[in-house]
Amino acid sequence: MQEQFENEMNLEFISKSANEAFARITVAAFASQLDPTIEELADIKTAVSEAVTNCIIHAYENKVGIVKIHAKIHKSEIIIEITDNGKGIENIEMAKEPLYTTKPDLERSGMGFTIMESFMDSVKIESIVGIGTKVTMLKKIKEQEINQQEFKQMTSMP
Amino acid sequence: MESKFYEEDKLLVFKITEEIDDHSVQKIRRRADYEIERFMPKRVVFDFDSVTFMDSAGIGLLIGRYKFANLLGARLEIANLTQNVSKIFEMSGILRLIPVTKLEENIA
Repeated sequence: MQEQFENEMNLEFISKSANEAFARITVAAFASQLDPTIEELADIKTAVSEAVTNCIIHAYENKVGIVKIHAKIHKSEIIIEITDNGKGIENIEMAKEPLYTTKPDLERSGMGFTIMESFMDSVKIESIVGIGTKVTMLKKIKEQEINQQEFKQMTSMP
Repeated sequence: MESKFYEEDKLLVFKITEEIDDHSVQKIRRRADYEIERFMPKRVVFDFDSVTFMDSAGIGLLIGRYKFANLLGARLEIANLTQNVSKIFEMSGILRLIPVTKLEENIA
């Protein structure tokens, strides 16, 4: 049902590495309406950067393809789907292993999925070889607590 | 990225001023390797003070430079880690390999 999301956005761009910064900054700008802390925003930017980099260097292997991002906001959560129509992942469990990389020659660390999983609240990876990959990530933005004493001072009459 | 070579200390400092991702790292890597080879320092320090963003490309960058510096007889160190940078390095285990150092007052 469409109505359950308060806000949604779509972003599409070609798989050029210059677009990594564009993608994470755009998603962060969209997420900022949830009033995240600087750290939460940095976590989202990092996770998006990892997922988009995977599309560019693994899915499309530096050939030109389309990367799609669909982000939606529901209450205090942001859900980010990043999709490509690239080569797909043969073994998802192996790809998720820390330090596992198919491209050590490019100085890839193999930490992409590990970072996504530790910076976001949940990460789901769906992939079909030859068809593409979709990564769905969710981040809960915590309610910022107002210190009781500060609140009293703020609201008390002089 | 800015760089400075301190002749008497054989110290080469790279101050990274851009966001570190798979895109930017290609340029950083080329320039760093070129200068390490050119100056043949004893110590190479990467200064992260001005880095506002870094993803896992930073881990690969450091491991690669660590190997390259070692090959040419130099020691690699890192300095001024920001919160975002620290979090990623801690997760990667790279800090067991590459020491965090303080840059002397007169440097950087």
